[in-house]
Amino acid sequence: MTTVLLNIDLALVLEKFALILIVVMGSLGVAMYATWGERKFAALLQDRRGPSKAGPFGLLQPLADGLKLFFKEEIIPNFSSKFLFILGPGLAMLTAVMTSAVVPWGDKVHLFDRDISLQIADINIGILYVFGVVSLGVYGIMIGSWASNNKFSLLGGLRAASQIISYELAMGISLIALLMITGTLSLKEIVEQQQTGAWGGFWGWNFWKQPLGFLIFLICAFAECNRAPFDLAEAENELIGGYHTEYSSMKLGFYLFAEYINMFISSVIISTLFFGGYDIPFFNEAAHADWGNWLALLGVGALMTKAILFILFFMWVRWTIPRFRYDQLMHLGWKILIPLALFNMLATGGAILYFFNK
Amino acid sequence: MNTQIVFILLSIMAIGSAVAMLLSKSPVKSILWLILVFFAISGNYFLLNAQFLGIVNLIVYAGAIMVLFLFVVMLMNLNADAEQAKNYRLQFIGVISGGCLLLILLSFLMASKTPQPVLMKVGESGLINKLGLTLFHDYVLPFEISSVLFLSAMVGVVVISKK
Repeated sequence: MTTVLLNIDLALVLEKFALILIVVMGSLGVAMYATWGERKFAALLQDRRGPSKAGPFGLLQPLADGLKLFFKEEIIPNFSSKFLFILGPGLAMLTAVMTSAVVPWGDKVHLFDRDISLQIADINIGILYVFGVVSLGVYGIMIGSWASNNKFSLLGGLRAASQIISYELAMGISLIALLMITGTLSLKEIVEQQQTGAWGGFWGWNFWKQPLGFLIFLICAFAECNRAPFDLAEAENELIGGYHTEYSSMKLGFYLFAEYINMFISSVIISTLFFGGYDIPFFNEAAHADWGNWLALLGVGALMTKAILFILFFMWVRWTIPRFRYDQLMHLGWKILIPLALFNMLATGGAILYFFNK
Repeated sequence: MNTQIVFILLSIMAIGSAVAMLLSKSPVKSILWLILVFFAISGNYFLLNAQFLGIVNLIVYAGAIMVLFLFVVMLMNLNADAEQAKNYRLQFIGVISGGCLLLILLSFLMASKTPQPVLMKVGESGLINKLGLTLFHDYVLPFEISSVLFLSAMVGVVVISKK
Protein backbone atom coordinates (compact mmCIF):
# COMPACT_ATOMS: atom_id res chain seq x y z
CA MET A 1 0.00 0.00 0.00
CA THR A 2 2.28 2.78 -1.16
CA THR A 3 0.73 6.16 -1.56
CA VAL A 4 2.68 8.09 -4.13
CA LEU A 5 1.52 11.63 -4.66
CA LEU A 6 4.42 13.93 -5.32
CA ASN A 7 7.23 11.73 -6.61
CA ILE A 8 4.88 10.00 -8.97
CA ASP A 9 5.88 6.77 -10.63
CA LEU A 10 4.17 7.68 -13.88
CA ALA A 11 4.47 4.29 -15.55
CA LEU A 12 2.91 2.58 -12.54
CA VAL A 13 0.05 5.07 -12.44
CA LEU A 14 -0.61 4.61 -16.16
CA GLU A 15 -0.40 0.83 -15.80
CA LYS A 16 -2.86 0.74 -12.92
CA PHE A 17 -5.15 3.23 -14.63
CA ALA A 18 -5.27 1.11 -17.78
CA LEU A 19 -5.88 -2.00 -15.69
CA ILE A 20 -8.72 -0.36 -13.75
CA LEU A 21 -10.26 0.86 -16.99
CA ILE A 22 -10.11 -2.61 -18.54
CA VAL A 23 -11.46 -4.35 -15.43
CA VAL A 24 -14.35 -1.92 -14.90
CA MET A 25 -15.26 -1.85 -18.59
CA GLY A 26 -14.95 -5.63 -18.71
CA SER A 27 -17.27 -6.08 -15.72
CA LEU A 28 -19.77 -3.67 -17.27
CA GLY A 29 -19.59 -5.55 -20.55
CA VAL A 30 -20.05 -8.93 -18.90
CA ALA A 31 -22.94 -7.57 -16.82
CA MET A 32 -24.51 -6.14 -19.97
CA TYR A 33 -24.45 -9.47 -21.74
CA ALA A 34 -25.50 -11.23 -18.55
CA THR A 35 -28.84 -9.44 -18.90
CA TRP A 36 -29.10 -10.84 -22.43
CA GLY A 37 -27.98 -14.25 -21.21
CA GLU A 38 -30.52 -14.17 -18.40
CA ARG A 39 -33.38 -13.56 -20.85
CA LYS A 40 -32.15 -16.21 -23.26
CA PHE A 41 -31.73 -18.69 -20.43
CA ALA A 42 -35.18 -17.93 -19.04
CA ALA A 43 -36.58 -18.40 -22.52
CA LEU A 44 -34.81 -21.74 -22.85
CA LEU A 45 -36.22 -22.99 -19.54
CA GLN A 46 -39.71 -21.72 -20.32
CA ASP A 47 -39.75 -22.97 -23.92
CA ARG A 48 -39.77 -19.49 -25.46
CA ARG A 49 -37.39 -17.80 -27.87
CA GLY A 50 -36.31 -14.79 -25.79
CA PRO A 51 -34.94 -11.62 -27.39
CA SER A 52 -34.48 -12.35 -31.08
CA LYS A 53 -35.31 -9.21 -33.03
CA ALA A 54 -32.43 -6.81 -32.29
CA GLY A 55 -29.45 -8.08 -34.24
CA PRO A 56 -28.47 -11.75 -34.74
CA PHE A 57 -29.77 -13.87 -31.80
CA GLY A 58 -30.95 -10.60 -30.24
CA LEU A 59 -27.35 -9.71 -29.42
CA LEU A 60 -28.03 -5.98 -29.65
CA GLN A 61 -30.82 -6.22 -27.08
CA PRO A 62 -28.70 -4.92 -24.12
CA LEU A 63 -27.79 -1.80 -26.14
CA ALA A 64 -31.45 -1.22 -26.97
CA ASP A 65 -32.36 -1.68 -23.30
CA GLY A 66 -29.69 0.78 -22.20
CA LEU A 67 -30.80 3.39 -24.73
CA LYS A 68 -34.41 2.96 -23.66
CA LEU A 69 -33.50 3.49 -20.00
CA PHE A 70 -31.46 6.60 -20.81
CA PHE A 71 -34.27 8.21 -22.79
CA LYS A 72 -37.00 7.50 -20.24
CA GLU A 73 -38.40 10.39 -18.26
CA GLU A 74 -36.68 10.88 -14.93
CA ILE A 75 -39.03 11.25 -11.98
CA ILE A 76 -37.85 12.28 -8.52
CA PRO A 77 -40.67 11.97 -6.01
CA ASN A 78 -41.81 15.01 -4.10
CA PHE A 79 -40.90 15.25 -0.38
CA SER A 80 -37.93 12.93 -0.80
CA SER A 81 -34.35 13.92 -0.16
CA LYS A 82 -33.15 14.57 -3.69
CA PHE A 83 -29.45 14.17 -2.95
CA LEU A 84 -29.89 10.84 -1.14
CA PHE A 85 -32.32 9.67 -3.81
CA ILE A 86 -29.62 10.10 -6.43
CA LEU A 87 -26.86 8.82 -4.12
CA GLY A 88 -28.61 5.45 -3.64
CA PRO A 89 -28.13 3.93 -7.11
CA GLY A 90 -24.70 5.55 -7.34
CA LEU A 91 -23.58 3.80 -4.16
CA ALA A 92 -25.04 0.50 -5.33
CA MET A 93 -23.01 0.77 -8.52
CA LEU A 94 -19.85 1.92 -6.72
CA THR A 95 -19.78 -0.92 -4.22
CA ALA A 96 -20.55 -3.41 -6.99
CA VAL A 97 -17.52 -2.35 -9.03
CA MET A 98 -15.13 -1.75 -6.10
CA THR A 99 -14.73 -5.43 -5.22
CA SER A 100 -12.94 -6.18 -8.48
CA ALA A 101 -9.85 -4.29 -7.25
CA VAL A 102 -8.36 -7.22 -5.33
CA VAL A 103 -9.25 -10.05 -7.71
CA PRO A 104 -6.21 -11.62 -9.38
CA TRP A 105 -7.41 -11.80 -12.97
CA GLY A 106 -4.32 -13.60 -14.17
CA ASP A 107 -0.61 -14.09 -13.80
CA LYS A 108 2.01 -11.52 -14.82
CA VAL A 109 2.08 -10.12 -18.34
CA HIS A 110 5.32 -8.82 -19.84
CA LEU A 111 4.66 -5.65 -21.85
CA PHE A 112 6.89 -2.64 -22.71
CA ASP A 113 9.77 -4.08 -20.65
CA ARG A 114 7.59 -4.21 -17.55
CA ASP A 115 6.12 -7.09 -15.59
CA ILE A 116 2.49 -6.16 -15.22
CA SER A 117 0.56 -8.09 -12.60
CA LEU A 118 -3.03 -8.60 -13.70
CA GLN A 119 -4.34 -7.58 -10.32
CA ILE A 120 -5.10 -4.00 -9.42
CA ALA A 121 -4.04 -4.22 -5.78
CA ASP A 122 -2.42 -7.21 -4.11
CA ILE A 123 -3.15 -6.22 -0.52
CA ASN A 124 -2.49 -8.66 2.28
CA ILE A 125 -6.08 -8.40 3.54
CA GLY A 126 -7.68 -9.27 0.18
CA ILE A 127 -10.57 -11.38 1.45
CA LEU A 128 -11.40 -8.97 4.24
CA TYR A 129 -11.50 -6.14 1.70
CA VAL A 130 -14.05 -8.09 -0.33
CA PHE A 131 -15.99 -8.76 2.83
CA GLY A 132 -15.91 -5.08 3.84
CA VAL A 133 -17.14 -3.87 0.47
CA VAL A 134 -19.91 -6.47 0.48
CA SER A 135 -21.04 -5.29 3.91
CA LEU A 136 -21.13 -1.71 2.60
CA GLY A 137 -23.20 -2.81 -0.38
CA VAL A 138 -26.40 -2.62 1.62
CA TYR A 139 -26.20 1.18 1.90
CA GLY A 140 -27.11 1.76 -1.73
CA ILE A 141 -30.37 -0.12 -1.25
CA MET A 142 -31.15 1.28 2.21
CA ILE A 143 -30.47 4.93 1.35
CA GLY A 144 -32.36 4.70 -1.92
CA SER A 145 -35.34 3.02 -0.31
CA TRP A 146 -35.50 5.54 2.51
CA ALA A 147 -35.12 8.55 0.24
CA SER A 148 -37.98 7.30 -1.94
CA ASN A 149 -40.41 8.24 0.85
CA ASN A 150 -42.55 5.23 0.04
CA LYS A 151 -43.67 2.53 2.45
CA PHE A 152 -43.13 -0.31 0.02
CA SER A 153 -39.65 0.91 -0.85
CA LEU A 154 -38.77 1.20 2.82
CA LEU A 155 -40.05 -2.32 3.51
CA GLY A 156 -37.93 -3.62 0.64
CA GLY A 157 -34.89 -1.79 1.96
CA LEU A 158 -35.35 -3.13 5.47
CA ARG A 159 -35.74 -6.65 4.15
CA ALA A 160 -32.55 -6.28 2.14
CA ALA A 161 -30.62 -4.92 5.12
CA SER A 162 -31.65 -7.62 7.59
CA GLN A 163 -31.09 -10.33 4.99
CA ILE A 164 -27.61 -9.15 4.11
CA ILE A 165 -26.57 -8.76 7.76
CA SER A 166 -27.88 -12.23 8.63
CA TYR A 167 -26.14 -14.00 5.76
CA GLU A 168 -22.89 -12.10 6.25
CA LEU A 169 -22.35 -14.04 9.49
CA ALA A 170 -22.54 -17.48 7.92
CA MET A 171 -20.44 -16.26 5.01
CA GLY A 172 -17.74 -14.95 7.33
CA ILE A 173 -17.59 -18.17 9.35
CA SER A 174 -17.40 -20.32 6.21
CA LEU A 175 -14.53 -18.12 5.05
CA ILE A 176 -12.69 -18.60 8.35
CA ALA A 177 -12.58 -22.35 7.72
CA LEU A 178 -11.07 -21.68 4.29
CA LEU A 179 -8.54 -19.25 5.74
CA MET A 180 -7.42 -21.83 8.30
CA ILE A 181 -6.37 -24.05 5.38
CA THR A 182 -4.76 -21.39 3.22
CA GLY A 183 -3.13 -19.47 6.06
CA THR A 184 -3.21 -16.23 4.07
CA LEU A 185 -5.72 -13.49 3.29
CA SER A 186 -4.17 -12.49 -0.03
CA LEU A 187 -6.25 -13.72 -2.97
CA LYS A 188 -3.16 -13.99 -5.16
CA GLU A 189 -1.46 -16.34 -2.72
CA ILE A 190 -4.62 -18.41 -2.39
CA VAL A 191 -4.67 -18.93 -6.16
CA GLU A 192 -0.97 -19.78 -6.27
CA GLN A 193 -1.44 -22.39 -3.54
CA GLN A 194 -4.21 -24.03 -5.53
CA GLN A 195 -2.08 -24.30 -8.66
CA THR A 196 0.16 -26.87 -7.06
CA GLY A 197 -1.77 -30.11 -7.03
CA ALA A 198 -2.16 -33.34 -8.96
CA TRP A 199 -3.59 -33.16 -12.51
CA GLY A 200 -2.39 -29.65 -13.21
CA GLY A 201 -3.74 -28.18 -10.04
CA PHE A 202 -7.20 -29.72 -10.41
CA TRP A 203 -7.02 -31.70 -7.18
CA GLY A 204 -5.41 -28.76 -5.41
CA TRP A 205 -8.55 -26.65 -5.66
CA ASN A 206 -9.94 -25.60 -2.33
CA PHE A 207 -13.31 -27.03 -3.31
CA TRP A 208 -12.02 -30.54 -2.55
CA LYS A 209 -10.87 -29.46 0.90
CA GLN A 210 -13.89 -27.36 1.76
CA PRO A 211 -17.01 -28.74 0.04
CA LEU A 212 -19.32 -27.75 2.89
CA GLY A 213 -17.72 -24.34 3.18
CA PHE A 214 -18.22 -23.85 -0.54
CA LEU A 215 -21.91 -24.75 -0.31
CA ILE A 216 -22.47 -22.30 2.56
CA PHE A 217 -20.52 -19.58 0.76
CA LEU A 218 -22.51 -20.14 -2.42
CA ILE A 219 -25.89 -19.88 -0.66
CA CYS A 220 -24.75 -16.75 1.15
CA ALA A 221 -23.54 -15.27 -2.14
CA PHE A 222 -27.03 -15.71 -3.55
CA ALA A 223 -28.45 -13.89 -0.53
CA GLU A 224 -25.86 -11.10 -0.66
CA CYS A 225 -26.59 -10.47 -4.34
CA ASN A 226 -30.34 -10.33 -3.65
CA ARG A 227 -30.81 -12.98 -6.28
CA ALA A 228 -33.70 -15.43 -6.45
CA PRO A 229 -34.62 -17.45 -4.41
CA PHE A 230 -33.61 -14.74 -1.92
CA ASP A 231 -34.86 -11.69 -3.84
CA LEU A 232 -37.35 -10.70 -1.15
CA ALA A 233 -36.28 -7.06 -1.32
CA GLU A 234 -37.98 -6.79 -4.69
CA ALA A 235 -40.82 -9.27 -4.26
CA GLU A 236 -43.17 -7.69 -6.77
CA ASN A 237 -46.34 -9.42 -5.63
CA GLU A 238 -45.93 -8.11 -2.07
CA LEU A 239 -44.02 -4.85 -2.45
CA ILE A 240 -44.96 -3.53 -5.93
CA GLY A 241 -41.34 -3.19 -7.09
CA GLY A 242 -39.46 -3.47 -3.83
CA TYR A 243 -36.80 -0.94 -2.94
CA HIS A 244 -36.72 0.61 -6.41
CA THR A 245 -40.47 1.21 -6.74
CA GLU A 246 -40.02 4.98 -7.11
CA TYR A 247 -37.05 4.83 -9.42
CA SER A 248 -37.26 5.44 -13.13
CA SER A 249 -34.94 5.97 -16.06
CA MET A 250 -31.24 5.15 -15.72
CA LYS A 251 -31.34 5.29 -11.90
CA LEU A 252 -33.52 2.20 -12.00
CA GLY A 253 -31.12 0.87 -14.61
CA PHE A 254 -28.21 1.35 -12.20
CA TYR A 255 -29.94 -0.70 -9.51
CA LEU A 256 -30.76 -3.51 -11.92
CA PHE A 257 -27.31 -3.35 -13.47
CA ALA A 258 -25.54 -3.36 -10.09
CA GLU A 259 -27.22 -6.71 -9.41
CA TYR A 260 -25.65 -8.20 -12.53
CA ILE A 261 -22.22 -6.77 -11.72
CA ASN A 262 -22.52 -8.19 -8.20
CA MET A 263 -23.40 -11.55 -9.70
CA PHE A 264 -20.37 -11.46 -11.99
CA ILE A 265 -17.98 -10.37 -9.25
CA SER A 266 -19.24 -12.95 -6.77
CA SER A 267 -18.88 -15.63 -9.45
CA VAL A 268 -15.29 -14.51 -9.92
CA ILE A 269 -14.67 -14.53 -6.15
CA ILE A 270 -16.15 -18.02 -5.79
CA SER A 271 -13.98 -19.25 -8.67
CA THR A 272 -10.92 -17.64 -7.11
CA LEU A 273 -11.48 -18.95 -3.60
CA PHE A 274 -12.69 -22.46 -4.33
CA PHE A 275 -11.97 -23.30 -7.98
CA GLY A 276 -8.39 -22.27 -8.51
CA GLY A 277 -8.89 -18.78 -9.95
CA TYR A 278 -6.83 -18.44 -13.13
CA ASP A 279 -5.51 -21.98 -12.80
CA ILE A 280 -6.16 -24.03 -15.96
CA PRO A 281 -7.30 -27.54 -14.94
CA PHE A 282 -5.41 -30.59 -16.26
CA PHE A 283 -2.57 -28.34 -17.43
CA ASN A 284 0.78 -27.77 -15.80
CA GLU A 285 1.48 -24.04 -15.96
CA ALA A 286 4.98 -24.29 -14.54
CA ALA A 287 6.08 -26.59 -17.40
CA HIS A 288 4.94 -24.11 -20.04
CA ALA A 289 6.43 -20.94 -18.57
CA ASP A 290 8.02 -20.17 -21.97
CA TRP A 291 4.58 -19.36 -23.39
CA GLY A 292 4.85 -16.03 -21.57
CA ASN A 293 1.99 -13.65 -22.20
CA TRP A 294 -0.17 -16.25 -23.92
CA LEU A 295 -0.13 -18.40 -20.81
CA ALA A 296 -1.30 -15.46 -18.70
CA LEU A 297 -4.08 -14.72 -21.20
CA LEU A 298 -5.11 -18.39 -21.17
CA GLY A 299 -5.31 -18.09 -17.38
CA VAL A 300 -7.60 -15.07 -17.70
CA GLY A 301 -9.69 -17.12 -20.12
CA ALA A 302 -9.89 -19.98 -17.60
CA LEU A 303 -11.05 -17.62 -14.85
CA MET A 304 -13.66 -16.06 -17.12
CA THR A 305 -14.92 -19.49 -18.18
CA LYS A 306 -15.37 -20.52 -14.55
CA ALA A 307 -17.09 -17.21 -13.75
CA ILE A 308 -19.47 -17.53 -16.69
CA LEU A 309 -20.36 -21.07 -15.64
CA PHE A 310 -21.23 -19.73 -12.21
CA ILE A 311 -23.31 -16.92 -13.72
CA LEU A 312 -25.23 -19.55 -15.68
CA PHE A 313 -25.70 -21.46 -12.42
CA PHE A 314 -27.09 -18.29 -10.78
CA MET A 315 -29.58 -18.00 -13.64
CA TRP A 316 -30.48 -21.67 -13.58
CA VAL A 317 -31.34 -21.42 -9.88
CA ARG A 318 -33.35 -18.23 -10.42
CA TRP A 319 -35.62 -19.86 -12.98
CA THR A 320 -35.91 -23.15 -11.09
CA ILE A 321 -36.43 -22.46 -7.39
CA PRO A 322 -39.36 -20.31 -6.20
CA ARG A 323 -38.83 -17.42 -3.83
CA PHE A 324 -38.53 -18.13 -0.10
CA ARG A 325 -40.97 -16.76 2.45
CA TYR A 326 -39.36 -14.24 4.78
CA ASP A 327 -39.46 -16.41 7.91
CA GLN A 328 -38.06 -19.33 5.89
CA LEU A 329 -35.20 -17.09 4.80
CA MET A 330 -34.37 -16.12 8.37
CA HIS A 331 -34.76 -19.72 9.53
CA LEU A 332 -32.34 -20.92 6.87
CA GLY A 333 -29.82 -18.21 7.67
CA TRP A 334 -29.76 -18.33 11.45
CA LYS A 335 -30.76 -21.87 12.35
CA ILE A 336 -29.23 -23.90 9.54
CA LEU A 337 -26.38 -22.07 7.84
CA ILE A 338 -24.71 -20.56 10.90
CA PRO A 339 -24.61 -23.83 12.92
CA LEU A 340 -23.41 -25.66 9.79
CA ALA A 341 -20.70 -23.07 9.24
CA LEU A 342 -19.64 -23.32 12.89
CA PHE A 343 -19.50 -27.10 12.62
CA ASN A 344 -17.46 -26.79 9.43
CA MET A 345 -15.05 -24.43 11.15
CA LEU A 346 -14.59 -26.74 14.15
CA ALA A 347 -14.22 -29.82 11.93
CA THR A 348 -11.62 -28.06 9.79
CA GLY A 349 -9.70 -26.93 12.84
CA GLY A 350 -9.82 -30.43 14.32
CA ALA A 351 -8.65 -32.01 11.06
CA ILE A 352 -5.75 -29.59 10.74
CA LEU A 353 -4.70 -30.26 14.34
CA TYR A 354 -5.06 -34.03 14.05
CA PHE A 355 -3.56 -34.69 10.61
CA PHE A 356 -1.07 -31.90 10.12
CA ASN A 357 -0.47 -30.73 13.68
CA LYS A 358 0.35 -27.22 12.55
CA MET B 1 5.71 14.12 2.93
CA ASN B 2 3.21 12.24 0.81
CA THR B 3 1.76 10.39 3.72
CA GLN B 4 1.56 13.64 5.65
CA ILE B 5 -0.61 15.18 2.92
CA VAL B 6 -2.87 12.14 2.99
CA PHE B 7 -2.98 12.33 6.78
CA ILE B 8 -4.03 15.98 6.71
CA LEU B 9 -6.71 15.28 4.10
CA LEU B 10 -8.05 12.37 6.16
CA SER B 11 -8.05 14.48 9.31
CA ILE B 12 -9.98 17.26 7.57
CA MET B 13 -12.42 14.64 6.34
CA ALA B 14 -12.81 13.12 9.81
CA ILE B 15 -13.28 16.40 11.65
CA GLY B 16 -15.44 17.95 8.94
CA SER B 17 -17.75 14.93 8.81
CA ALA B 18 -17.95 14.82 12.60
CA VAL B 19 -18.99 18.48 12.73
CA ALA B 20 -21.47 17.93 9.92
CA MET B 21 -22.87 14.96 11.85
CA LEU B 22 -23.49 17.18 14.86
CA LEU B 23 -25.00 19.99 12.82
CA SER B 24 -27.30 18.08 10.49
CA LYS B 25 -30.96 18.21 11.46
CA SER B 26 -32.09 14.87 10.12
CA PRO B 27 -30.96 11.79 12.11
CA VAL B 28 -30.50 9.72 8.95
CA LYS B 29 -28.08 12.28 7.53
CA SER B 30 -26.23 12.34 10.86
CA ILE B 31 -25.68 8.62 10.55
CA LEU B 32 -24.42 8.96 7.00
CA TRP B 33 -21.91 11.60 8.14
CA LEU B 34 -20.83 9.29 10.97
CA ILE B 35 -20.11 6.58 8.40
CA LEU B 36 -17.81 9.03 6.61
CA VAL B 37 -16.02 9.63 9.93
CA PHE B 38 -15.40 5.89 10.21
CA PHE B 39 -14.01 5.85 6.69
CA ALA B 40 -11.57 8.63 7.55
CA ILE B 41 -10.47 6.83 10.73
CA SER B 42 -9.95 3.61 8.78
CA GLY B 43 -7.86 5.59 6.32
CA ASN B 44 -5.66 6.69 9.21
CA TYR B 45 -5.28 3.08 10.30
CA PHE B 46 -4.12 2.18 6.79
CA LEU B 47 -1.56 4.99 6.95
CA LEU B 48 -0.24 3.55 10.20
CA ASN B 49 0.21 0.20 8.44
CA ALA B 50 -2.58 -1.32 10.53
CA GLN B 51 -4.48 -2.75 7.59
CA PHE B 52 -6.32 -5.39 9.55
CA LEU B 53 -7.57 -2.89 12.14
CA GLY B 54 -8.64 -0.53 9.38
CA ILE B 55 -10.67 -3.06 7.46
CA VAL B 56 -12.21 -4.56 10.60
CA ASN B 57 -13.21 -1.05 11.68
CA LEU B 58 -15.00 -0.71 8.33
CA ILE B 59 -16.65 -4.12 8.48
CA VAL B 60 -17.83 -3.87 12.08
CA TYR B 61 -18.69 -0.19 12.45
CA ALA B 62 -19.52 1.06 8.97
CA GLY B 63 -20.78 -2.27 7.69
CA ALA B 64 -22.78 -3.68 10.58
CA ILE B 65 -23.40 -1.33 13.49
CA MET B 66 -24.25 1.70 11.38
CA VAL B 67 -26.61 -0.40 9.26
CA LEU B 68 -28.47 -1.32 12.44
CA PHE B 69 -28.52 2.34 13.53
CA LEU B 70 -29.92 3.31 10.14
CA PHE B 71 -32.42 0.50 10.42
CA VAL B 72 -33.75 1.72 13.77
CA VAL B 73 -33.82 5.40 12.80
CA MET B 74 -35.63 4.67 9.55
CA LEU B 75 -38.24 2.60 11.38
CA MET B 76 -38.80 5.21 14.09
CA ASN B 77 -39.17 7.90 11.43
CA LEU B 78 -37.66 10.67 13.58
CA ASN B 79 -38.20 14.17 12.32
CA ALA B 80 -36.41 17.36 13.21
CA ASP B 81 -39.74 19.07 13.98
CA ALA B 82 -40.87 16.41 16.40
CA GLU B 83 -37.78 16.80 18.54
CA GLN B 84 -38.46 19.03 21.50
CA ALA B 85 -36.11 21.91 22.22
CA LYS B 86 -33.54 21.27 24.91
CA ASN B 87 -33.96 23.47 27.92
CA TYR B 88 -31.59 26.35 28.46
CA ARG B 89 -29.98 25.03 31.65
CA LEU B 90 -29.08 21.69 30.03
CA GLN B 91 -27.43 23.45 27.11
CA PHE B 92 -25.40 25.55 29.52
CA ILE B 93 -24.20 22.48 31.42
CA GLY B 94 -23.34 20.77 28.16
CA VAL B 95 -21.20 23.69 26.99
CA ILE B 96 -19.29 23.79 30.30
CA SER B 97 -18.58 20.05 30.46
CA GLY B 98 -17.60 19.92 26.79
CA GLY B 99 -15.29 22.89 27.30
CA CYS B 100 -13.64 21.17 30.28
CA LEU B 101 -12.95 18.09 28.18
CA LEU B 102 -11.44 20.24 25.44
CA LEU B 103 -9.22 22.00 27.99
CA ILE B 104 -7.94 18.71 29.39
CA LEU B 105 -7.16 17.34 25.93
CA LEU B 106 -5.47 20.57 24.88
CA SER B 107 -3.30 20.72 28.02
CA PHE B 108 -2.13 17.15 27.38
CA LEU B 109 -1.38 17.91 23.75
CA MET B 110 0.62 20.99 24.72
CA ALA B 111 2.57 19.04 27.32
CA SER B 112 3.56 16.23 24.96
CA LYS B 113 7.15 16.59 23.84
CA THR B 114 7.14 14.73 20.52
CA PRO B 115 7.08 17.11 17.58
CA GLN B 116 5.59 14.44 15.33
CA PRO B 117 3.22 12.26 17.33
CA VAL B 118 2.42 9.81 14.53
CA LEU B 119 4.96 7.82 12.56
CA MET B 120 3.55 6.68 9.26
CA LYS B 121 3.77 3.22 7.77
CA VAL B 122 6.11 1.75 10.32
CA GLY B 123 5.60 -1.03 12.80
CA GLU B 124 3.76 -4.27 12.29
CA SER B 125 1.51 -4.26 15.32
CA GLY B 126 -1.59 -3.79 13.17
CA LEU B 127 -0.87 -6.58 10.69
CA ILE B 128 -2.94 -9.70 11.09
CA ASN B 129 -0.04 -12.06 11.74
CA LYS B 130 1.39 -9.99 14.59
CA LEU B 131 -2.05 -9.21 15.97
CA GLY B 132 -3.01 -12.89 15.99
CA LEU B 133 0.14 -13.86 17.85
CA THR B 134 -0.40 -11.10 20.39
CA LEU B 135 -4.02 -11.96 21.03
CA PHE B 136 -3.86 -15.73 20.98
CA HIS B 137 -0.40 -16.28 22.40
CA ASP B 138 0.67 -13.49 24.71
CA TYR B 139 -2.73 -12.43 26.01
CA VAL B 140 -4.89 -15.54 25.67
CA LEU B 141 -6.50 -15.32 29.09
CA PRO B 142 -7.69 -11.68 28.95
CA PHE B 143 -8.87 -12.28 25.40
CA GLU B 144 -10.91 -15.34 26.37
CA ILE B 145 -12.35 -13.60 29.43
CA SER B 146 -13.49 -10.64 27.36
CA SER B 147 -15.06 -13.01 24.85
CA VAL B 148 -17.00 -14.62 27.71
CA LEU B 149 -18.17 -11.12 28.60
CA PHE B 150 -19.47 -10.69 25.05
CA LEU B 151 -21.19 -14.05 25.26
CA SER B 152 -22.95 -13.05 28.47
CA ALA B 153 -24.09 -9.83 26.80
CA MET B 154 -25.53 -11.84 23.91
CA VAL B 155 -27.33 -14.20 26.27
CA GLY B 156 -28.68 -11.17 28.13
CA VAL B 157 -30.06 -9.70 24.91
CA VAL B 158 -31.84 -12.94 24.07
CA VAL B 159 -33.32 -13.16 27.58
CA ILE B 160 -34.57 -9.56 27.48
CA SER B 161 -36.06 -9.89 24.01
CA LYS B 162 -37.92 -13.07 24.97
CA LYS B 163 -39.75 -11.32 27.82
